[in-house]
Amino acid sequence: MTVENAAPPPRPNIALEAIHLTLDYRTDNGTVLAVENIDFRIHRSERLVLLGPSGCGKSSILKAVAGFIAPSSGRILVNGSDIAGPGPDRIVVFQEFDQLLPWKSVRDNVAFPLIVARGHSKAEARDAADTALVKVGLERALDAFPHTLSGGMKQRAAIARALAARPDVLLMDEPFAALDALTRSNLQKDLLQLADELKFTLLFVTHSIEEAILIGTKLHLLSAHPGRTVATFDTSAFGLDDIGSNDFQATIKDVGGYLNSSPAEAAA
Amino acid sequence: MTDQASELPLGVTVKKVSHNSGSLSRLIRSTAFRRAIVLIGLAVIWQIGAVWFAKPLLLPSFTQTAAAFWDALLHEDLARSATASLGVLLKGYALAIAIGLVLVSVASANAFLREALLTLTAMFNPLPAIALLPLAMLWFGLGETSLIFVLVHSVLWPFALATFSGFQSVPETHRLVGRNYGLTGARYVALILIPSASPSIISGLKIGWAFAWRTLIAAELVFGVSASKGGLGWFIFRNRNELFTDKVFAGLATVIIIGLVVEFGLFRVLEAATVRRWGMQR
Repeated sequence: MTVENAAPPPRPNIALEAIHLTLDYRTDNGTVLAVENIDFRIHRSERLVLLGPSGCGKSSILKAVAGFIAPSSGRILVNGSDIAGPGPDRIVVFQEFDQLLPWKSVRDNVAFPLIVARGHSKAEARDAADTALVKVGLERALDAFPHTLSGGMKQRAAIARALAARPDVLLMDEPFAALDALTRSNLQKDLLQLADELKFTLLFVTHSIEEAILIGTKLHLLSAHPGRTVATFDTSAFGLDDIGSNDFQATIKDVGGYLNSSPAEAAA
Repeated sequence: MTDQASELPLGVTVKKVSHNSGSLSRLIRSTAFRRAIVLIGLAVIWQIGAVWFAKPLLLPSFTQTAAAFWDALLHEDLARSATASLGVLLKGYALAIAIGLVLVSVASANAFLREALLTLTAMFNPLPAIALLPLAMLWFGLGETSLIFVLVHSVLWPFALATFSGFQSVPETHRLVGRNYGLTGARYVALILIPSASPSIISGLKIGWAFAWRTLIAAELVFGVSASKGGLGWFIFRNRNELFTDKVFAGLATVIIIGLVVEFGLFRVLEAATVRRWGMQR
């Protein structure tokens, strides 16, 4: 593993890079390989989607990028430097609705990382929070407490909270998986519009092929047990208006072909 | 927004009841009204039972007790006794809560300290605080320090147990959110763990408060707060010795009244302003 010691030349346009990333987790019967030798790069304003069946370790990769778990080998670089634990340069939007802190109003939830991690004053943070919440369409729920919101509104608030913190890379772990179909489709559209406007860099994890093609500019397909790279796709050509087009459908079929070792999960 | 709609009318109804007592059906539905009826009912049963029993030296009636209460409040040292008890109680309680929070916070960071806390709690929680009083008197003499020692013992372990289980059940997502923003150590505990565990912490505060009251009154029955100013337990003990049974009842009633005021005036208000408002507890 000589590569590990070789410093990569500075490539200012790369926001996030994973090099020979291998992850394993401990069970009572020893260590199990979760992800083996994954490489990917996300340039600024790109949206990379990790797609694969359950058990492919896509969420583990995201957790490693967030700094929650340490890789057993390989490197993760943000803006060319190795990450050291979790940090507000990589804000995560989780799938779970309880990611909003129930003891804070929606506004204070969004202001929270700005205050504790970015050193903003309370007033500044609240102004920024209001701006972000208006962007995701929650201008009428600023003072509401999270438990009074619907699932979709909670995820919108979580996205606003992540965007307001202006991370270098935005990490999303199946953020729409627990939503009903209509809400999910609305949030996908709104996320794409926000991406057009704000040009954020995104690492997105999903098991839905259609969502992956729609959201991503690049797809990274993984196989399960352990997670290995199967294929990569460039899906930057597809936008909101292309859902249902022949090209879009053909790509779904193409991608599905790579994942058909476990068709039920891939099609979900 | 349907969730919000179902939340709002509840708060509105409660508010209207307290302001608009003209409507009888609304009055009957209010908690305060039901609570008052229960208290009046208990007093009536007490009164009838005592009059029928007709031995005021053993069981004074409600009205006799009320008169004795009033008399003791005006002409004797009931108010001072209550204040003395409350003062000691608050000192011991606050000290125990502070120690408990520190212990549990430290224990949540280190597996060894966690085991130490669990072992200590398992050892001392079943040990009645009052059983330590002879030892406390030996170590600290007859006085406030001994009382505070047994008070801390009575509050610390049940509170630590409740708080620790609250910390243990903090959802993984809350933990990850806190770590995501780079929170560690004391800031992580204060900004994530404590608020997230607040339902358990408040329930620990309530249990601790009840334990503290019991222990203090029991300890004061042995000796007062200090030679010069006795507490409520001492007030009860003195009056029993002189067979002023109505005053004994007045002393017991004072303990109960303070308990009710703290439960409904303090803890319920605290819950309404925090965990209920946040939807963390129904």
